[in-house]
Amino acid sequence: MNPSSPITVADLHAWVDGHLAAERAREVEAYLAARPEEAHRVEAWRAQKQELRSLFDPVQDEPMPARLLRAARPRTPWYAQRLAAAFAIAVVSGALGWSLRGGLQDGAPRLAQQAPATGIVQASAFAQRAAIAHAVYSPDQRRPVEVDAAHEDQLVAWLSKRMGAPMKPPHLQTLGYALEGGRLLPGGKGPVAQFMYRDYAGAKLTLYVSNEIGDLNPLGAPKPSGTGANQDTAFRFAQEGGVNVFYWVDGTFGYALSAQADRAELARVSAEVYRQLAGPLPGK
Amino acid sequence: MQGHDDQSLLTWLPRLRRYARALAGNRDDADDLVQDTLERAWAKAGLWSGVADMRAWLFSIMHNLHVDGIRRPKVATVDLDDDTPEIPVAPTQGERLAVLDLQAALDQLPVEQKEIILLVALEDMAYADIAKTLGIPIGTVMSRLSRGRERLRALMEGRADPVRLKVVR
Repeated sequence: MNPSSPITVADLHAWVDGHLAAERAREVEAYLAARPEEAHRVEAWRAQKQELRSLFDPVQDEPMPARLLRAARPRTPWYAQRLAAAFAIAVVSGALGWSLRGGLQDGAPRLAQQAPATGIVQASAFAQRAAIAHAVYSPDQRRPVEVDAAHEDQLVAWLSKRMGAPMKPPHLQTLGYALEGGRLLPGGKGPVAQFMYRDYAGAKLTLYVSNEIGDLNPLGAPKPSGTGANQDTAFRFAQEGGVNVFYWVDGTFGYALSAQADRAELARVSAEVYRQLAGPLPGK
Repeated sequence: MQGHDDQSLLTWLPRLRRYARALAGNRDDADDLVQDTLERAWAKAGLWSGVADMRAWLFSIMHNLHVDGIRRPKVATVDLDDDTPEIPVAPTQGERLAVLDLQAALDQLPVEQKEIILLVALEDMAYADIAKTLGIPIGTVMSRLSRGRERLRALMEGRADPVRLKVVR
């Protein structure tokens, strides 16, 4: 087979890098088949490329230093100010809880009024379910998830369908957590979703998402009439066995982040989860 | 707000870091380079809406900072010469050794060849995008890629006696 035009060095590089059209690639292959020395050279280039990837790709999975995360974030984003205040108080006040509602309007966070006991009980039941789900599934070496991260599209489609609402796992790579996958679990009344992440050392983190708002309304606040949605965003912290849980309610969804990490780490991850989930949603 | 919102720098962070590590050779210098790149990018955030290719834009900022950094070292450095004792390296198993060889060979490449090899290998960047990122003609990209790959091959096959660049003052 004679090539349509002479094979150049540029063609050989483009072949290694997969930039050639199929027909030209075949011409290059025929050219190389007849020239073992050239083929050896090109093979060495290909091997270099592969080795560079295996040498440096793991850098992407290393935990991200805090100084780089700070440098990558906008200078003073509204959510950082808001969450910094929220977490400071959530950590101090612990299970007492705190609501952002009202606190934002006058710019000065304040503690929520004493919540009715039933709200607390329901919300802590939610956190407890999340902690138990974390404790049950995260040690599982062979089947930690039902659908793994390699099939994220299918996972998203499946959970969204079963939950009746868009369910997309937040991406936490920049915080040092890689998505492992997710599963569907029974909640108090219906299905809940669990997403599982792991850090470079193998420690697990799970995000438990429920849209059973009636079950979660943590402050027992009256629902805005007609919408059925709880507009509060309350950050709470709970402990169940050795598992720490950071949880909050946003709109019609309840979120619980569970790990064996300390509060500060959970707060850091919660901030990122909250930030991603609070991003533009259709119709919001 | 289209294309580049406030999270876009966070999403690029792992890739900037991978490239910087390969370019700078050690973790601290690489992370310094990433941090400087991010700060420069925020300082120019007003330009984002006009940036068609965020990746080319960010990597070009990093390229400029890296090249400037090489020209003006922040820390006083001492040139190694024949009298400098070699650091003994414990032998490890074969695979690890080959990888170390690659890193050592990479560090011997001139930066203009190294950058192109890394953008191709790590970023899978098209040659035209590399030309845009580095602000050089595509013909130059091809000739540097070619020379760099051949030099890397020679170094790894142990054929090239590493050229000692003597700085003339």
